[in-house]
Amino acid sequence: MSSVPASAFLALALILFCIGLYGALTKRNTVIVLISIELMLNAVNINLVTFSKYGLNPSITGQVFTLFAMAVGAAEAAVGLAILMSVYRNKKTVHIDEMDEMKN
Amino acid sequence: MENAWLIPLFPLVSFVILLLIGKQLKERSAYVGILATFVSLVFSIVVLFQRFFEPTYSAKFNWLTIGDLHITAGFEVNQLNALMLFIVSLVSFLVHTYSKGYMHGDERFSVFYVYLGLFTFAMLGLVISPNLLQTYIFWELVGLGSFLLIGFYFYKEEAKAAAKKAFIMTRIGDVGLFIGMILLFWQTKSFEYSEIFKAVNAGQVSGTMITLTAILIFVGAVGKSGQFPLHSWLPDAMEGPTPVSALIHAATMVAAGVYLVAALFPLFLASKTALLTIAIIGAFTAIFAASIGLVQTDIKRVLAYSTVSQLGYMMFALGSAGYVAGVFHLMTHAFFKALLFLAAGSVIHAVGGNQDIEKMGGLWKKLKLTGPLFLIGTLAISGVPLLSGFFSKDEILAAAWEGGHPILFLLALIAAFFTAFYMFRLFFLVFTGEFRGKDEKHVHESPGSMTFPMIVLGVLAIVGGYVNTPWFGSYLGDWLVQGNAKLGSGHAEGPVWIQLAATLFSLGGSFFAWLIYGKRSVSRDWLSGKGGILHTILLNKYYIDEFYQMTIVAISKGISYLFRFIDVFLVEGLVKLVTSIIQGLGKLGAKLQSGQVQTYGAVAFLGLAVLVVIFALTGGYLR
Repeated sequence: MSSVPASAFLALALILFCIGLYGALTKRNTVIVLISIELMLNAVNINLVTFSKYGLNPSITGQVFTLFAMAVGAAEAAVGLAILMSVYRNKKTVHIDEMDEMKN
Repeated sequence: MENAWLIPLFPLVSFVILLLIGKQLKERSAYVGILATFVSLVFSIVVLFQRFFEPTYSAKFNWLTIGDLHITAGFEVNQLNALMLFIVSLVSFLVHTYSKGYMHGDERFSVFYVYLGLFTFAMLGLVISPNLLQTYIFWELVGLGSFLLIGFYFYKEEAKAAAKKAFIMTRIGDVGLFIGMILLFWQTKSFEYSEIFKAVNAGQVSGTMITLTAILIFVGAVGKSGQFPLHSWLPDAMEGPTPVSALIHAATMVAAGVYLVAALFPLFLASKTALLTIAIIGAFTAIFAASIGLVQTDIKRVLAYSTVSQLGYMMFALGSAGYVAGVFHLMTHAFFKALLFLAAGSVIHAVGGNQDIEKMGGLWKKLKLTGPLFLIGTLAISGVPLLSGFFSKDEILAAAWEGGHPILFLLALIAAFFTAFYMFRLFFLVFTGEFRGKDEKHVHESPGSMTFPMIVLGVLAIVGGYVNTPWFGSYLGDWLVQGNAKLGSGHAEGPVWIQLAATLFSLGGSFFAWLIYGKRSVSRDWLSGKGGILHTILLNKYYIDEFYQMTIVAISKGISYLFRFIDVFLVEGLVKLVTSIIQGLGKLGAKLQSGQVQTYGAVAFLGLAVLVVIFALTGGYLR
């Protein structure tokens, strides 16, 4: 385990974040956008865990914090999906580019 | 006398009460107004009598303190003020009473009394002011009262125009007064009359400055008192209800200009030029207005020109250093001119609103009270011996002779002739001969509330002059100048022939009027018939209004067009430019708000990326 260097974890996190960002900015389907956001969140979580192990002051705090972040992220995803459901009922669409009520 | 400050407050109370509940009181509003002015009258009489035996009382308190400057407010009861208090509250009370009958049935009856209360308050406040600033405030307030009352029938176009004209023309004068006041303050560091006189007498103010300020203040008086060249608002002001004409445009407010000159008389005495200006303007106005009055056919307009002419007389007296003569004539004029106006109102009331004297006539038999009272007023103003006008006019002519202006003296004498002529012309046309209007049966005498004030004024118009006569002693004159020798002697000594000449001229005018309009043995077209040059010029008031219309009004219109042009194209253009730039920017911003969440996200990310790059390049420090 310890043979894997920190940079590998960070690279993984970077790739995941970029994929998430790309998805969040380009996909039309709101569900995919939400999933992409989760992806970005988890990329950050990987960073946290990495630094809690390889950082200047290694401690368990980072990992505990990650668990919290995952719990909160799950709740947030539930809320996001619920909102999406009601939007769908009103607008009969899940395409994010059609949800432009705040235009101008 | 300590309580003299209460006098103006009673009409103010009436004003407030009627303002609040006048609508509910309806015609009972009259009682509130009458009661308030009656209390004022009683107080004024008490104050007047106290002033006979006690010295001048004045009280003041600090109103504003700016650095070392203390601006005070207060009141003063000197001889002139006490006399004015009495005149104003008396005429005011009588007019309040008279209006009860005259305005009967008017929809805005209580509003009329509201305005009257406001005016009376302002006028009484004006005459007890001890300093210029306070005087100026009340001066503007009476102007407001006058404006409201002239425009009382605001649904009539003429009344609206007359109200505006009166306000604007008096304002022109007020600007002069204001500048004069500020200049005096600058020179003497005080608004108070006593301080100003002290500084002037001590020679602290240069001669030129005295002349300048005196003339500027006189300009204010010219506006208010309807002197030439700002006279033309006063005849137009006759569009107001007749009691208003009697109160404001005959007895009180228009006399305020004369009062102002009298109150500041020591200042004027210090400048020969200012005095001469006043004398010339006064004498010219006297004869000028009298000549217009010769041909007017509206009963109130004849009286209005007569008022202008008589005010010119007062100014002339003051300009000839005849302080007593001017104030004395102010008093007697208030009595007989108010009487004439009230009687004219009674005549108009009787013939159902008609004011054209060509359509009256033969009213002597119908109006058993108004007729004789009008005759008394006519005799008094014409200067027929033994009535009040005779004594005051005589005093003025004597003062003028003493003052040494022979030409102006002659002008005043001719004006006296004119006065007698047009007044008797009015009298004969209205009261003798055959009735020339329609609906003769309708003619009726006015109710008691209207005749009572006329009787009081009629008595005063007869006996009012006896307080200052060359035969029984000049009580009023001596009292007025008591303790202030600078104001001149209490009585102007003129040769006996002046009195004779004055009598001769006034009787001559009356006789001439009788020949033409009473006996009709001389044709009315004797000098210049209807349509004749002279008649036309006089009927059109020397085309003064037209002249103003073509010069001053046209010029100011031209200037205003120029400014309008600048405003519309330059200023507004600039403003439009600014707004359109901002609007364009706003539209651009609005376009950015596309509602596309993903675009926002991309922009935010790009911004973050730029920040990170900058951070990386500079190492976190901006240099």
